[in-house]
Amino acid sequence: MLSLFVSVVRRDLLLAWRRRSDVLTALGFFLLVTSLFPLGVGPEPEQLSHIAAGVMWVAALLATLLSVSRLFESDEADGTLEQMLLSVEPLPVIVLGKVCAYWLLTGLPLVVIAPLIGLQFNLSADETLIVCATLLVGTPSLSLLGAVGASLTLGLRGGGALIALLVLPLYVPVLIFGAGALDAWRAGLGIQSHLALLSAVLLVALAVCPLASATALRIAQD
Amino acid sequence: MPEPSAPLLETRALTCVRGRARLFAGLDLTVGEGELLHVAGANGSGKTSLLRILCGLSEPESGEVRWRGQPARSVRDDWRGGMLYLGHRNGVKDDFTPLENLHASAAIAGERIADTVLLEALVDIGLAARLDVPARSLSQGQRRRVALARLLADTRSALWILDEPFTALDVRAVAVLAAAMAAHLRRGGALIYTTHQPVDIEAERRQTLNLDDYAC
Repeated sequence: MLSLFVSVVRRDLLLAWRRRSDVLTALGFFLLVTSLFPLGVGPEPEQLSHIAAGVMWVAALLATLLSVSRLFESDEADGTLEQMLLSVEPLPVIVLGKVCAYWLLTGLPLVVIAPLIGLQFNLSADETLIVCATLLVGTPSLSLLGAVGASLTLGLRGGGALIALLVLPLYVPVLIFGAGALDAWRAGLGIQSHLALLSAVLLVALAVCPLASATALRIAQD
Repeated sequence: MPEPSAPLLETRALTCVRGRARLFAGLDLTVGEGELLHVAGANGSGKTSLLRILCGLSEPESGEVRWRGQPARSVRDDWRGGMLYLGHRNGVKDDFTPLENLHASAAIAGERIADTVLLEALVDIGLAARLDVPARSLSQGQRRRVALARLLADTRSALWILDEPFTALDVRAVAVLAAAMAAHLRRGGALIYTTHQPVDIEAERRQTLNLDDYAC
C-alpha cells in the first residue's frame, strides 16, 4: 500500500514536472493577490501588518480553489481514472497520493514564499514564522477538502463555480484558526491552541476526505 | 469462496438503462475459461454500457453479475484482480513516454511487472522506434498500441474485457493483438470484446452476443 502511495505521488510529480507552467498558476495567483492589497489599501505599515494574516489566508484559499478543480480532470479525460477505479488497490490510497502530490506542488510553495509576502506587509520575523506555521498545517486540509469538491463536481458543466460553493464553507474553520493565530499571539495568548485546532482539522480531513472523494469518484463514473 | 468449477463470469437478467433509454433487458450470458465472447450490435445498442457493467464501473438497473459463481460485489477484490478492462479511452498520459505510461498503469493496477517484460511488450506491438518520445507526439494508433501493450505484458488477469480494441490499429498491429488474444485464450483466459472490424481470432470456444436481440 505504501509503495502504491509512493508511486502515485511520484507519477503526479513527474507529470507536473513535464508541464511546469500549470503548477505555477496557483503560486502566481497567490503572489499577485497578496501584492495587490498593499497597493489597494494603502501603504500604512500598521494597517498592513494588521490585515496580513487574513489576506494571506484568503489568498491561499482562493489559490487552492483555483487549481484543485483540475485534480482529477486529466485522469478522467484520458481514461486513467477508470483504471484507478478498477484497481485491486484501495482507491482512497490512490486519492491520498494524488492529494499529497498536489499539496507538494501548490500548498508547500505558498508556505515557502510566505516570508516574502510577509515583508510586503511589514511583519516581524516572529510574526512571519507564525503565519508560515499556520499555513504549513492548514494548507494540507485545504487540499484534502478541495479534493472532495473536485471529485463531486468532476465532469459537470460549470463545475468551477459549483466547487467554490461546495468547498468554501468547509474552509471556514481552517480560515478562522489559521488567520486567528497571529491575532492571538499579538494579544499574548500564544498560538498553541490555534495550531492544535488546525492539526485536529487536518487529522479529521486525512481520515475522511480520501474516503469521501473515492466514493464520489465511483459515483461520478457510473 | 469462489467455486473452481463455476464459469468465470455470468450475468442474470441484466437490464441497463442510460438516461431515459432502456438499452437492453433480460440479458443472461456465461463466459468460461478459454472462451471468446464477441459482443455485437448497432451503434448505441449498449455495448460499452454492457462492458462497463461487466467490469464493475457501472451498476446495472437490475440483474446480477457473478464472478466465479459468487455475486461479483461480494468478491470484489478477486473480481477486480482477475480482470483487465480497456475502454475507449487509452489511459495514456501525453507527457509520459510509452514505457513510463506502462509503468504508471501497472503501478496503479497494483501489478508489479518487470521493466524487461514491459519493454518486450512495447517492442512486440511495434513501438520499438518510439520508445523515448512522449505520447503526445505519437499518432492515434500508436497511443492505442501503448495501451494495448498492457495486454501483452499481462499474465495475471483471467478475463480481458476490451472495448473496440482494434480501432485505429494498422494491419500489423491487429495481427499482433489477435495473436496475443489467441495466446491468452490458450492459457485458459477468457475474452469479451466489441468490434465492428472482422478480425479472425483463433479460439476453441466462441460465442457471439448480438445486443440488438435484447433491445427494448
